[in-house]
Amino acid sequence: MKLKWEAHGFKTPLARARGLGSLRSGLKEWVRLRVAAIASTILAFWFVWFVLQSVGMSHLEFVKYLAVPVNSIAMILFVITLFYHLVLGIREIMEDYIHSEWVKILALIFDYMFFSVSGVVCVFFVLKIAFSMGV
Amino acid sequence: MSGQLSSKNKRPLSPHLQIYKPQITSVLSFLHRATGVALCFGIPFFVWWIAAAASGSCAYDFFIKLCASPIGIFCLFGWTVCFYYYLANGIRHLLWDAGALLEIKNVYISGYLVLFFTALLTVGSWGFIFF
Repeated sequence: MKLKWEAHGFKTPLARARGLGSLRSGLKEWVRLRVAAIASTILAFWFVWFVLQSVGMSHLEFVKYLAVPVNSIAMILFVITLFYHLVLGIREIMEDYIHSEWVKILALIFDYMFFSVSGVVCVFFVLKIAFSMGV
Repeated sequence: MSGQLSSKNKRPLSPHLQIYKPQITSVLSFLHRATGVALCFGIPFFVWWIAAAASGSCAYDFFIKLCASPIGIFCLFGWTVCFYYYLANGIRHLLWDAGALLEIKNVYISGYLVLFFTALLTVGSWGFIFF
């Protein structure tokens, strides 16, 4: 049997609908932010190595280097995990410091859209390079 | 509502950040967010880098020329510092989340280690590039 306060979390339906205060879904976001952080931490070491190797390369050399499957896959994973972490991180900062409700909502929409688009653009171009160079 | 309150009755406010003495704990905590935001400003250039590589040698060479210019080096150096700081302090945060290093002594030691590794990795990376 579900108790009344379990179903509604000590809040009126109106408060829940407004999204103010605890919605009891914060833990999921917290865990996601950490999982993305762990993944991008591991990949960050690859990224450093990749960038340092690429210094001084010509365009053709660089493209061939990025097209190596291990590098393409690592770069795509790095972009996904990094941007996921980034969207949630910026969201947290915006929620902390923007106090005007509608400015905050617009900023959060911008946060999600801008970094989603950036991430998709990166993944698309890495794939384009990887496939055009021939595996 | 808060505007009404502050104008009508002058009640004491909670102390503001400026009156606290900066400590290694608070400064590093602030820097984690600051470097994270600074790195976000590098994202458009990261996208540009990948897109330029996919577009052809002309676009890529232009981007690399931009990176090698004084202002490019200056920005890249700043992002390198931010990147390594965020990485090192991020690992520290993950260890805290796992319940480790929470004693004040370890918080201080790991804080100084973060600064040490930030400096070491930054100097190491730029040393690798130039020499």
